[in-house]
Amino acid sequence: MALSRLSSRSNTFLKPAITALPSSIRRHVSTDSSPITIETAVPFTSHLCESPSRSVETSSEEILAFFRDMARMRRMEIAADSLYKAKLIRGFCHLYDGQEALAVGMEAAITRKDAIITSYRDHCTFIGRGGKLVDAFSELMGRKTGCSHGKGGSMHFYKKDASFYGGHGIVGAQIPLGCGLAFAQKYNKDEAVTFALYGDGAANQGQLFEALNISALWDLPAILVCENNHYGMGTATWRSAKSPAYFKRGDYVPGLKVDGMDALAVKQACKFAKEHALKNGPIILEMDTYRYHGHSMSDPGSTYRTRDEISGVRQVRDPIERVRKLLLSHDIATEKELKDMEKEIRKEVDDAVAQAKESPVPDASELFTNMYVKDCGVESFGADRKELKVTLP
Amino acid sequence: MSAILLQGAGAGAATALSPFNSIDPSKLVVPSRSSLSVRSKRYVVAGSDSKSFGSSLIVRRSEPLIPNAVSAKADTAASSTSSKPGHELLLFEALQEGLEEEMDRDPHVCVMGEDVGHYGGSYKVTKGLADKFGDLRVLDTPICENAFTGMGIGAAMTGLRPVIEGMNMGFLLLAFNQISNNCGMLHYTSGGQFTIPVVIRGPGGVGRQLGAEHSQRLESYFQSIPGIQMVACSTPYNAKGLMKAAIRSENPVILFEHVLLYNLKETIPDEEYICNLEEAEMVRPGEHITILTYSRMRYHVMQAAKTLVNKGYDPEVIDIRSLKPFDLYTIGNSVKKTHRVLIVEECMRTGGIGASLTAAINENFHDYLDAPVMCLSSQDVPTPYAGTLEEWTVVQPAQIVTAVEQLCQ
Repeated sequence: MALSRLSSRSNTFLKPAITALPSSIRRHVSTDSSPITIETAVPFTSHLCESPSRSVETSSEEILAFFRDMARMRRMEIAADSLYKAKLIRGFCHLYDGQEALAVGMEAAITRKDAIITSYRDHCTFIGRGGKLVDAFSELMGRKTGCSHGKGGSMHFYKKDASFYGGHGIVGAQIPLGCGLAFAQKYNKDEAVTFALYGDGAANQGQLFEALNISALWDLPAILVCENNHYGMGTATWRSAKSPAYFKRGDYVPGLKVDGMDALAVKQACKFAKEHALKNGPIILEMDTYRYHGHSMSDPGSTYRTRDEISGVRQVRDPIERVRKLLLSHDIATEKELKDMEKEIRKEVDDAVAQAKESPVPDASELFTNMYVKDCGVESFGADRKELKVTLP
Repeated sequence: MSAILLQGAGAGAATALSPFNSIDPSKLVVPSRSSLSVRSKRYVVAGSDSKSFGSSLIVRRSEPLIPNAVSAKADTAASSTSSKPGHELLLFEALQEGLEEEMDRDPHVCVMGEDVGHYGGSYKVTKGLADKFGDLRVLDTPICENAFTGMGIGAAMTGLRPVIEGMNMGFLLLAFNQISNNCGMLHYTSGGQFTIPVVIRGPGGVGRQLGAEHSQRLESYFQSIPGIQMVACSTPYNAKGLMKAAIRSENPVILFEHVLLYNLKETIPDEEYICNLEEAEMVRPGEHITILTYSRMRYHVMQAAKTLVNKGYDPEVIDIRSLKPFDLYTIGNSVKKTHRVLIVEECMRTGGIGASLTAAINENFHDYLDAPVMCLSSQDVPTPYAGTLEEWTVVQPAQIVTAVEQLCQ
């Protein structure tokens, strides 16, 4: 988990996750890790399997961490929005705000040995896997200090040491990759699982079903997670899928439909899925979620849906508000504490943006590095080079 | 009935997949099986209905090649100067041997493809491996090239070393997205975090009346993909060597085999060896003209070379082997010596390996050329089924001879 930048103010009493709270109004209950059980608002719907229980075991520490992480992700995406409009981020930028509950809920249920692979809407998943804000912003702005050294861009975030495999531009292609990761986990007897995330648009790709067939056939620990935000770019699900019940489309593969705006429900579902996948092979999770921004920064997001719909979801189902209400109702934190937390996170994000803005761009020589491992001894030349130089390894 | 081009010392063994010609091996036994020196290859050609085709195109009856038309590589470890006698095998067996040795050596190597396991591989390259290594290491996949190529690449991201077989290279068109975007580019877009040590292999090229969709030359489609390496094997010796080198390489390698070359017989060394992935092979040193070729066309070139030698020419034949990147070092040295280049390839004229090679040579060695680079390629047509027409789509030895004579005027 990314630590608060204000750790200099931390007290030794508090665990590192809660360093942002000023000591004067620290309460003992907010450091509590004793279990709280909370019911999810919406029940799970299942296909070919039993639903997990609606009662989720959590703790105040965890809920507070949810709040903090989601607020950080939200701020990051909003900052990315302004950076894009300031033309510091170019190309495609797909924002995840509204869907943060998925990233944090999943992280709470799994370990860093479990692999996650997703498509291009990957900024928050990267942060959830332990990526640093400054790495994310540097990569978005194409700087050398970015997580892919500036060569990947928004759609190609990776973090190998945290088993985050990206970051893929062609939707659907990451699903066979994800099943390959699951295959490797089975081959190496890792006792870990792979979460392959895709959207409702990509759910119609043939390679999904091909990969699902193989995973089911070979009992791979693959969990396919459909982030159903109801729009595949501009096409609503009812216009693109004959059967929009994505969790049932596995046919012979069990599925579970989850309220993706509820971080606790996501956590419960992922925990359940992990247990299932390790024993019984693949399972499909459909996360019912929503994105506030358009498909990408070039899409206003309002030509295919009404502003009322967007603001309606924001009022009723916003994941951060839901967690905020939980925190307040369970007396884990006060209104003011949460506001302060958000202010600090805002500052944290602004600092990261400032730091990233000052990072250098990659050198020209970087154009040809990482083409091949050990770069083969072969060099590429631009159009004006007449000399030929080939060194064989 | 087509002219049957069989290559193999005395062995008329049928290929595993020959729906059109059920060849009875006994009919094709060549008398002198036993006289096999270390690096010679017997070249048996049986033609039926030869007279119905244009006489200039069709190959003659069985005549063994002059052994020293194929020169031994002096610098390769123990290829022809090994103290041990070596062992004789067919090209598909050489591939299998290479694969098996690598699987023994490194438990991360696994094979996946259609019918590679229990069936033994459609061209018998993976025969016996499933029994030896089990189902988890030799995986029979369903028919979903896109998905299993993607799976192989995903597994490679974690450190496994899959060898992905396309039953025919043409089927890999279905996996083009995975090969181009994920296989070729992930090392770059992840800033070097992930390596993709896959080997993608399979037979391609124009076979014996296999039809248009099963006679494709994918090297021309894949050659632009950044981040991959492509090699083409042509003899049992380099097949085994390239297979081993490809598996050991940290980069994604596409190994192109040829449907008609699987039954080539050769004696290869007993001891372990690998071939350099980026190096071209000097098949026959010469002075007058450089002929660059690869895969099956090597044999057409060597056949033409015989005729050319008899006519007094001295061609230098190089099997380029490495299709991406080109071994411009060897090629360049040859061009600097002979000043004339002929490229003989099986790709189509438009956008093939020959087209790229022509551009590369012109760009880099323009000052050394006495004549324009000539490139003989297949016609820009889908490969027809009829045997006569199929013969006309690929380059034949007589055309090579004519081209050399033209260039050397």
